[in-house]
Amino acid sequence: MRRFASLRMASAGLGALIVLVVLIAAIFAPLLVPHDPFAQDLNARMVPPVWMTGGGPDHLLGTDQLGRDYLSRLIYGARISMLIGVATVITSGLIGITLGVLGGFFGGRVDDVVMFLITARLSIPLILVALAVVGLVGSSLTVVVMTLGLLLWDRFAVVARTTTMQVRTLDYIAAAWAAGCSRSYILLREVIPNIVHHLVVVATLEMALAILLEAALSFLGLGVPPPLPSWGLMISEAKDYMYFSPWVIMVPGVALFVLVLGINLLGDGLRDMLGATRDA
Amino acid sequence: MSGAPPPAIEIRDVAKIFRQGTGAFSAARFVRAVDGVSFAVPAGGCFGVVGESGCGKSTLARLILGLHPPSSGDILVDGRRLADMDRRERARLIQPVFQDPFSSLNPRRAIRDIVGLPLAAQGIGRAERERRVVEMLERVGLTAEMAGRLPAQLSGGQRQRVAIARALILRPRIVVCDEPTSALDVSVQAQILNLLAELRRELGLTLLFISHNLAVVEHICDEVAVMYLGRVVERAATEKLFHAAAHPYTRALLASVLTPEPGLGIPDVGLGDTYPDPANVPPGCRFHPRCPIAVERCRSETPLPRMVDGRQVECLLA
Repeated sequence: MRRFASLRMASAGLGALIVLVVLIAAIFAPLLVPHDPFAQDLNARMVPPVWMTGGGPDHLLGTDQLGRDYLSRLIYGARISMLIGVATVITSGLIGITLGVLGGFFGGRVDDVVMFLITARLSIPLILVALAVVGLVGSSLTVVVMTLGLLLWDRFAVVARTTTMQVRTLDYIAAAWAAGCSRSYILLREVIPNIVHHLVVVATLEMALAILLEAALSFLGLGVPPPLPSWGLMISEAKDYMYFSPWVIMVPGVALFVLVLGINLLGDGLRDMLGATRDA
Repeated sequence: MSGAPPPAIEIRDVAKIFRQGTGAFSAARFVRAVDGVSFAVPAGGCFGVVGESGCGKSTLARLILGLHPPSSGDILVDGRRLADMDRRERARLIQPVFQDPFSSLNPRRAIRDIVGLPLAAQGIGRAERERRVVEMLERVGLTAEMAGRLPAQLSGGQRQRVAIARALILRPRIVVCDEPTSALDVSVQAQILNLLAELRRELGLTLLFISHNLAVVEHICDEVAVMYLGRVVERAATEKLFHAAAHPYTRALLASVLTPEPGLGIPDVGLGDTYPDPANVPPGCRFHPRCPIAVERCRSETPLPRMVDGRQVECLLA
């Protein structure tokens, strides 16, 4: 049992480390990059990474089809990914948690409306909406964040609603009513702190999902417009060259995989840590 | 309203009907959880409510705490309608102690904040709160050092002491105890009961004690009401009720108490093994399907509460 617990702690630590490294890369990108990620050098196109024949220490991860330094683009891409992940989770979290908590807490008509909104949201295909929005207003970082943020709140709402319904019936909520607390006090101080550990897990899942969806949208040309160095865009641009230089698609692919894995590991760890007081 | 002071709590023909099945296409079912209950508790008294699971005793407690509005009838505290009071005023008069001290304390707040919650709701400042919390913790047999702990770091008995401290911190007139000892170890039950009895004497509390544990009720209460399917079927002074019950249901309840001798098994009290369903109350006397002495007349004629030998009974045959 203890070995199992320490294994979980280790994986949570690994997740935290991955997220921290990507976060630092994102925040301090201008200080970390060896080259300008937008600077093209047509004489040094498709240079392989340092560990392959033909690679050199000047471009540690090689260059792309326009001769831009791949490591620099990867580090700047972390910015886009983290920005999308965090902004989406904040927007969708605010919408979903508000709706879910209100529905679960008040029940009745309010809950009927919330359930209708959740069902309506679940019937909207995300990629089609993104297509339509990009068709109408053109692609930009803001459009991606808004589209994802306004569409990814369903899981927040479902989890917040069910957990609120469970907590609402507990005796300490009844005691708070009997103590003369106001409705908003009970919602903010008694209900929400007791569902937060569930919401943290949803937040990490949604963050990972948003990062993957941004990559998917960028790959389809619906996301971040070039020449911004998004990881999804890097994969998209690299797909024509993958037969002869597979690393151009592997480098951003591995980065994406590792970041999503790290976020999920961190989320599991946080849930165990935050949920501990209940069972101890 | 001259002469005798008004009772601490007076319940006048209170009913609570829950609507079940809110779907648009399913017929609504109405659950009569509390169905016309009246009684009064004098100031400083201890009133017990007993009955099996689902008889409406916990719903009654919630009505008196103001957690649900009654469907009909009035609850008066000190002669004033509970429905007319605001939440702060009600909190100063009535406080609860719940059954399960594991779910009645917010697991994420320190003991200091849990006990001080009623004070915070009244808008009392932090320093004053801290002083009164420490004083109250010591009064219920805990230490000031525990104020910083979380509920998970306390034992069941300590948690129930915390719940009692929270209930008493506003110096309420009335404390509604909903099975306050049934989730505790037997050894701790007696401590908590003695603490409640002591505090009641000292602070002049009126206790409304809801329980299915007859021994506990006999130990602590002056007067007892027996509830069956949302109605009080018998109400009498504790001694009278326990020595000579008038209603067949009360007799069955008393007979169902386990005896200390081993090997006798669970006593057969002749109630059968069906549970009464508050969504489907039988016509006539609501107890007749399970009553060992029911006669034909019990199927059709609804008994009214009568005074028999200084007690109130709802039985045609008593």
